[in-house]
Amino acid sequence: MLEDYIRQRLKERGILLMAHVVVGYPDLEASFELVKAIVVAGVDLMELQIPFSEPIADGPVILKANQSALAAGLRVDDCFKFAHRVTQSFDIAFLFMTYYNIVFKRGEDRFFAEAKAAEIRGTIVPDIPPEEGESYLAAAAAHGIAPIFILSPTTTPDRLAYLAGFGRGFFYCVARKGITGAKTTFSSELDEFLGRCRKVTQLPLALGFGVSRKEDVDFLNGKVEIAVVGSQALRVLNSSGVEAAGSFFRGLR
Amino acid sequence: MERPGYYGGFGGAFIPEILVATLEQLRVAFEQIKNDPSFWKAFQSLMSTYSCRPTPLTYSENLTRHFNGPHFYIKREDLNHTGAHKLNNVIGQGLVVQRMGKSRVIAETGAGQHGVATATMAAKFGFECMIYMGEVDVARQRPNVFWMEQLGATVVTVRDGARTLKDAINEALRDWATNMDTTHYVLGTVCGPHPYPEMVAYFQSIIGSEAREQMLGQVGRLPSRVYACVGGGSNALGIFQGFLGDSEVELVGVEAGGKGLKSGKHASRLASADGSVGVAQGYKTYFLQNDDGQMLETHSVAAGLDYIGVSPILAAYHEQGSIRFEAATNEEVLEATRLTMRKEGIIPALESAHALACVFREAPQMSADDVILINLSGRGDKDIFTIADALGDESWKRFITTKAEAYSA
Repeated sequence: MLEDYIRQRLKERGILLMAHVVVGYPDLEASFELVKAIVVAGVDLMELQIPFSEPIADGPVILKANQSALAAGLRVDDCFKFAHRVTQSFDIAFLFMTYYNIVFKRGEDRFFAEAKAAEIRGTIVPDIPPEEGESYLAAAAAHGIAPIFILSPTTTPDRLAYLAGFGRGFFYCVARKGITGAKTTFSSELDEFLGRCRKVTQLPLALGFGVSRKEDVDFLNGKVEIAVVGSQALRVLNSSGVEAAGSFFRGLR
Repeated sequence: MERPGYYGGFGGAFIPEILVATLEQLRVAFEQIKNDPSFWKAFQSLMSTYSCRPTPLTYSENLTRHFNGPHFYIKREDLNHTGAHKLNNVIGQGLVVQRMGKSRVIAETGAGQHGVATATMAAKFGFECMIYMGEVDVARQRPNVFWMEQLGATVVTVRDGARTLKDAINEALRDWATNMDTTHYVLGTVCGPHPYPEMVAYFQSIIGSEAREQMLGQVGRLPSRVYACVGGGSNALGIFQGFLGDSEVELVGVEAGGKGLKSGKHASRLASADGSVGVAQGYKTYFLQNDDGQMLETHSVAAGLDYIGVSPILAAYHEQGSIRFEAATNEEVLEATRLTMRKEGIIPALESAHALACVFREAPQMSADDVILINLSGRGDKDIFTIADALGDESWKRFITTKAEAYSA
């Protein structure tokens, strides 16, 4: 169970780190090296993004990585094989992040069955609200994989309560409006938002969108259970390579 | 009963959580105007004074004679202000924006017609305006970029993905997810998440209700067939809505056949066997995509039809068999454009010429008593560069060369 894994890890540290890797960027071997460097640096969870041609919730940095991987011929099959390889090699929790069409086209049951076989623990699919996700949720439940839902500052209290009913593993809270990769000013408004989330769920909370420095992680320590670092790590990878990306994560604690 | 926003299993609202509240606000605002009888009157009144609605129904005598019947009637959306049917939807949404109290509008555009219409509406209503347009389309529809900028809009060139309409939509969605407090996304067609397909179809239904009345009043009968080009599907659904209840009227949607359906270089989601059901850009419909669900590059000489998806409402009618879908190739379209200019003195947009091309292909098999209604969704002035290139017009080339020399001097 993903939640148990998180609670267990939390006994050892105040806040967990979740990293994000676009599978096949810059290529499959390099993304394996990247996963390795980041795991060694001590992250606790990792999103493996299966690239999609229309990633509407992602900003320019992750968008370009998606396109580059696809342009090099990456297939969804490759992503499942990759997932299997990393879960056999590293002892942290891995999740799939992608968009719904990738799940839909593979067939929901097949997608989750194969994800289970690859020892994936959860899925983050930003464009499948529960209203549209009856069969998606059923397939996830059938295979014991946690479908992670997103809570946003624009989500109404009624809807937070509604979403809470579908939660497994943890909730992914977005720190602000917008897409991945833009700057976030962390402020007291965040406390109010997290307070609203705590009211509706006992599950651990992860916070993402704009978490890019040690100061951000320190600020979040005690407020949420998981800090999510996505685009900034990709920027470091793009400018300075795999080892630098590992050092970047080491520097966040 | 189907859930709201669904049409025979197509449609829905597959959107990131950050946009759920904003789409709900839009849905409520749209429900209010639908239930407010004064709204449609205000809309019609604005469209008849700011534009020239009702647009005329033209009997095309020369084409009729050229093909020895059937009788050709053309619904003249090219005479709508800004040169296409796009303004109908844009003015409608502009009135909704006023009700919601927002101050900024954004839009995607392919051919530039929806962008020009939105920039026009923003100028008239006093909204800030930003238009997203793929780099490929910016290059091939330059006159419309010029006009959008002159109208006060900022045109953002989208250099990601295929650099066409779908990428412009993605970028507009990203802007909206960030700026929804002040900003309304004026989606230009009957696609996207609920309530867009329903709302855009509602505003565009003005075409069909006028056309039906004009057919009965001017011609004294309903048409045997109605033809319209289909990109996202807004002009088609606009005119088809006037005739959906009439079993004797056949409705024909014409998609972009590009370089031919077997070439793989087209944008025929329904007329070809290449489309399959998927979910992207917030809705479920037929998309041109590979087995993994990655969207394919589409191709058409007409930027406004060069799109991966199609209206969920049209997808449902396609499955029910109540609308027939065909494709016209680039070559047929240019030939149809030329014939329509010479015979009728009308310059059709390359998009709209798809409908004409299909009519010209099918007319010889029809009876001389048949009556055909064609929705001429837009005028072709914007396509001057593309058409001149395709026709290989030498005097145009000399003009451009001289002009370029003068600029670089």
